Amino acid sequence: MKTIVAVKKLVYVYLVRYAEEQQDLALLSISTFQRGLKDPNQLIRASALRVLSSIRVPIIVPIMMLAIKEAASDMSPYVRKTAAHAIPKLYSLDSDQKDQLIEVIEKLLADKTTLVAGSVVMAFEEVCPERIDLIHKNYRKLCNLLIDVEEWGQVVIISMLTRYARTQFLSPTQNESLLEENPEKAFYGSEEDEAKGPGSEEAATAALPARKPYVMDPDHRLLLRNTKPLLQSRSAAVVMAVAQLYFHLAPKAEVGVIAKALVRLLRSHSEVQYVVLQNVATMSIKRRGMFEPYLKSFYIRSTDPTQIKILKLEVLTNLANETNTPTVLREFQTYIRSMDKDFVAATIQAIGRCATNIGRVRDTCLNGLVQLLSNRDELVVAESVVVIKKLLQMQPAQHGEIIKHLAKLTDNIQVPMARASILWLIGEYCEHVPKIAPDVLRKMAKSFTAEEDIVKLQIINLAAKLYLTNSKQTKLLTQYVLSLAKYDQNYDIRDRARFTRQLIVPSEQGGALSRHAKKLFLAPKPAPVLESSFKDRDHFQLGSLSHLLNAKATGYQELPDWPEEAPDPSVRNVEVPEWTKCSNREKRKEKEKPFYSDSEGESGPTESADSDPESESASDSKSSSESGSGESSSESDSEDQEEEKGRSSESEQSEEEGEKRKMKKKKKVPEGQGEGSSSEEDSDSSSGSSESERTSETEEEQVEPASWRKKTPPSGKSAPVAKEISLLDLEDFTPPSVQPVSPPTIVSTSLATDLEGLTLTDSPLVPSLLSPVVGVGRQELLHRVAGEGLAVDYTFSRQPFSGDPHMVSVHIHFSNSSDTPIKGLHVGTPKLPAGISIQEFPEIESLAPGESVTAVMGINFCDSTQAANFQLCTQTRQFYVSIQPPVGELMAPVFMSENEFKKEQGKLTGMSEITEKLTLPDTCRNDHIVVQRVTAVANLGRVPCGASDEYRFAGRTLTSGSLVLLTLDARPTGAAQLTVNSEKMVIGTMLVKDVVQALTQ
Amino acid sequence: MIHSLFLINCSGDIFLEKHWKSVVSQSVCDYFFEAQEKAADVENVPPVISTPHHYLISIYRDKLFFVSVIQTEVPPLFVIEFLHRVADTFQDYFGECSEAAIKDNVVIVYELLEEMLDNGFPLATESNILKELIKPPTILRSVVNSITGSSNVGDTLPTGQLSNIPWRRAGVKYTNNEAYFDVVEEIDAIIDKSDDVSFHPCIRFKRWESERVLSFIPPDGNFRLISYRVSSQNLVAIPVYVKHCISFKENSSCGRFDITIGPKQNMGKTIEGITVTVHMPKVVLNMNLTPTQGSYTFDPVTKVLTWDVGKITPQKLPSLKGLVNLQSGAPKPEENPSLNIQFKIQQLAISGLKVNRLDMYGEKYKPFKGVKYVTKAGKFQVRT
Repeated sequence: MKTIVAVKKLVYVYLVRYAEEQQDLALLSISTFQRGLKDPNQLIRASALRVLSSIRVPIIVPIMMLAIKEAASDMSPYVRKTAAHAIPKLYSLDSDQKDQLIEVIEKLLADKTTLVAGSVVMAFEEVCPERIDLIHKNYRKLCNLLIDVEEWGQVVIISMLTRYARTQFLSPTQNESLLEENPEKAFYGSEEDEAKGPGSEEAATAALPARKPYVMDPDHRLLLRNTKPLLQSRSAAVVMAVAQLYFHLAPKAEVGVIAKALVRLLRSHSEVQYVVLQNVATMSIKRRGMFEPYLKSFYIRSTDPTQIKILKLEVLTNLANETNTPTVLREFQTYIRSMDKDFVAATIQAIGRCATNIGRVRDTCLNGLVQLLSNRDELVVAESVVVIKKLLQMQPAQHGEIIKHLAKLTDNIQVPMARASILWLIGEYCEHVPKIAPDVLRKMAKSFTAEEDIVKLQIINLAAKLYLTNSKQTKLLTQYVLSLAKYDQNYDIRDRARFTRQLIVPSEQGGALSRHAKKLFLAPKPAPVLESSFKDRDHFQLGSLSHLLNAKATGYQELPDWPEEAPDPSVRNVEVPEWTKCSNREKRKEKEKPFYSDSEGESGPTESADSDPESESASDSKSSSESGSGESSSESDSEDQEEEKGRSSESEQSEEEGEKRKMKKKKKVPEGQGEGSSSEEDSDSSSGSSESERTSETEEEQVEPASWRKKTPPSGKSAPVAKEISLLDLEDFTPPSVQPVSPPTIVSTSLATDLEGLTLTDSPLVPSLLSPVVGVGRQELLHRVAGEGLAVDYTFSRQPFSGDPHMVSVHIHFSNSSDTPIKGLHVGTPKLPAGISIQEFPEIESLAPGESVTAVMGINFCDSTQAANFQLCTQTRQFYVSIQPPVGELMAPVFMSENEFKKEQGKLTGMSEITEKLTLPDTCRNDHIVVQRVTAVANLGRVPCGASDEYRFAGRTLTSGSLVLLTLDARPTGAAQLTVNSEKMVIGTMLVKDVVQALTQ
Repeated sequence: MIHSLFLINCSGDIFLEKHWKSVVSQSVCDYFFEAQEKAADVENVPPVISTPHHYLISIYRDKLFFVSVIQTEVPPLFVIEFLHRVADTFQDYFGECSEAAIKDNVVIVYELLEEMLDNGFPLATESNILKELIKPPTILRSVVNSITGSSNVGDTLPTGQLSNIPWRRAGVKYTNNEAYFDVVEEIDAIIDKSDDVSFHPCIRFKRWESERVLSFIPPDGNFRLISYRVSSQNLVAIPVYVKHCISFKENSSCGRFDITIGPKQNMGKTIEGITVTVHMPKVVLNMNLTPTQGSYTFDPVTKVLTWDVGKITPQKLPSLKGLVNLQSGAPKPEENPSLNIQFKIQQLAISGLKVNRLDMYGEKYKPFKGVKYVTKAGKFQVRT
């Protein structure tokens, strides 16, 4: 059996390799593969298609086409992936099939599985990269799937999306150029404004154009946001792809994030370094500030290969500016002593560039280079001469001495380029060295025949210039040189000699030219600009082969310029209603698929349909045991899956343990990825259908577009309104009818009932436990007087915040007691302590006199009781307000069994345990009151307990998810002991204080 | 994408070729040889070479060139990354990535290459999937195979390919689950300011971002979980110091060489496995040295001096002294050579990184957790 599989595979390899050469023979095999295409096993279907499509025999094109079409609608995503791979194969075999293939591509682009995404985009790029319109409908999906696609696919998709974004969105820098006087400068970035680039990333994002004319398309933002995590990929290709995306698409202030990742790649293989450095070199010309903090990462080691050294040198030179030149030059000095002469030559060139770019150090550099002229190594000297020549052209008058020094070198230095440079310098500035110049010409005339061509040309040049300025001394010499040149072997030199003679020596026929000879030869010449060879390379898409070669490679797709006007963004809307309705970002975020998200929402239907029957047949035909874990389960909730496996394998497990397991699963949810409630439905079907119904209901409600903006009259509590704005804190006006939103963190009624049955306690659970206590009453945020008629209160709703599970949900109640409408209520730029973040409420457009409205905002307090300070802005005013949370609001209840509680408590001893003795007053000795008082102070869940006079509560802090366990041991006498166990000692201490106060009041 | 792959050894023999599309003639490698000749040094062969009809992208690994032939635009790093993945796979399968190993396992090599690329686009590159498809050779298996005539091709279907977590096979079962962490830190002589991390794809990025917890479904077997870069501006973190005195006399055919190594900040741990490598200038003919500890070699062809020091005992610092013979008549070298130092400190992560806790979900028992810390010299260079 084994042998058969092995032989088959080798036959395939052979077949694919030689099919082209022995077509007839290859055709014999086709029917086998056609049979394979119908096999019940998806893997066999896929490999049949793979081999079939690899046979490069034109006759079977129709068969291939048919097979691809069929496979494209196969149930198995793996087969569809193989179909995507087959498309470019068929296209290269017969490009006439393009139209039909595009249809298949279009179909596969709509596929919702990560397995297919990379391959189909690859096919798209090979077959029809110009059909950008096919991407519109799939754009958002691709952005969201991206993080879960395999690495190779990610590279291809990111590169394609970069091009797409360039055609569909507006330039994010456009705005800046409108505001600043000098758009050129703003775009290319001067040192000063670049310098603040990378550091102030969050400041920049916060200050992102709120009131400015440019607003980034949310889809553009989506792309930037979803690619950013991939900067941390282990694959250098992915990192580079994201880096180029940011370079080409991100607003200037955000590009900085890529620098760190690129610098990290410099520790990789030397080939990777080579490519990365090429790109860094290009980037560093345009965005110098970005890499400046990493200057030292580009320092050169003597063991680096020369090609790497030269690239690093290029980057160092690009990064040099007024402030860091001393450091850079000191580094260069070390390099000059290197044994690697090519590298030394490059260093000297680099010094020259620093000198021309930074005026302040020009003299220093020049002196340094002049010192190099006495170097023993001729190459070093020669290179220095060439660079000095360029530098001198900038201020020749001051450097007569240097020119004299150079003139002396002609005796020793042999490198032709250097000799030529010296001769040119002397000729050009012969007035500065009137005595030496003729002498040099004399020596040169002597050695003329032995010189290299390039030197000969310069001798002629020198002779001509001297003849024009100092003909008395040099006339004869010049004639001698020209005669020698006339009979030179090189026709170029002969031509030059003839030409020069005509110009400078007046002849009978008029000499119209010779009158202007001085102007021709001694015209003031502009100083050369020493610039990087990487300048303007960024018109090629970075990271591409074309960029590396600085030439257009076959099949390179131009990176288009930003459009003047953005094309219609609605083309990207997909029919799914939630998508299009989502009007604000935080809702969209909710929809986004997190990293290995548990929500099957996006990819559900196609996969789950086929995985089961497929994999069954797979395990039938082959003995492989575990193939049953189709992609639907392994993709997403694999943790849960493992658990499930664990459960099924140990059948003797007690009922109770099973339940606990379920609870554990629940508990894990908040620390997980904030999954949507849909997966909750999947995994917890046993926990009662009532719950899942409700969750889906709330989901719908949440999706309801911007219902918060609706104004609610303070007294209004009609039922339909209440339903519509269930996100608001309605407890205030309609306490009985309110249904607690049952989010993942809060246990459902049914599960709690189960729990009740499990525990041995006979004391009934207090009802208030289940519907979250309407915690702390309203607190004032802004007094009516201070707010000029706007009164603002807030409450902690204790409902999980929909956008981010780590945020405390705060309900803000606005009421307008003035007599004019208040417009444009929103949160101004918050200045927050480190770690604290705010999810603002959507702007309230207008609040009519006498009306009230409630909005929800989320604050991540980072598990501290630090106040969140921010501004409330109206159209006319700004109010500074702050919200300080009581420690009890920083957590959310967690439900666990007594055993679990004890186990966890056992882990949190020592420093993590805080105990306080207290005496309960008479008023506080019944269960109900104790529980109520504790839960009023702290947002904890009650843990069932065997002993009658012990109370246990559990919760997790919102940000870090650390457990907070509270135990109250109350003796009938009134003496009691309160224990809080938590990793967060500060929280524990404060909580003890608050609870003791609440109980002893 | 990737058309063909040629494997070339140091003496310029093409000893393996593989084509994923139509066959490209070997003669395309002539352009590569040309570039190689021009570069003189193997390290300096440009990774990307443009020829009239193709582009050649190559890597140099373990004395072998992996030369791939490209026909159309493709991100060069994509290809480079892939070629390194191929080399890694060979290393993984055969224990070494050498010409001999590849020639010995030529069938497996072809099978691997066939699975790794489909029409030039990477298909299965995760070692877990590959090992499911093609079993790595072991001595026992090759003996059994030669007797029974069976082969290395797995008889299971590659179900891993269907999965979205390609790094882990389905249904991995062991009697004991163990997790060993090797925290290997390397010190570069130039250390930078801020830290930076890269992850194996199994790590859930969202959890790292929000809670700074590394949550992952581990691949089966060895793998690199994260790579990180830490920082420190000060020199305190550097655990060794070197006193050196290397001088060449003008107009004389000898020079002096004297280096001593001592521990600096070793946090009470022994520094071991110290090796000093020096690339001496070309004019050095020979070296006549005496080590107080360990042994040294000098290769007069490559001019590389290697001193294998071993452990440092603070009581008696190791040193290496002696004379350097220079080519007579040649000018004295201008630059003193840089010293490249390798060392190892066991049970210490110099950045202070610790594996704090390992929690495992989905199993009832606690897995065995082993953590080993090693600090090593990375690119540790002392300029003299």
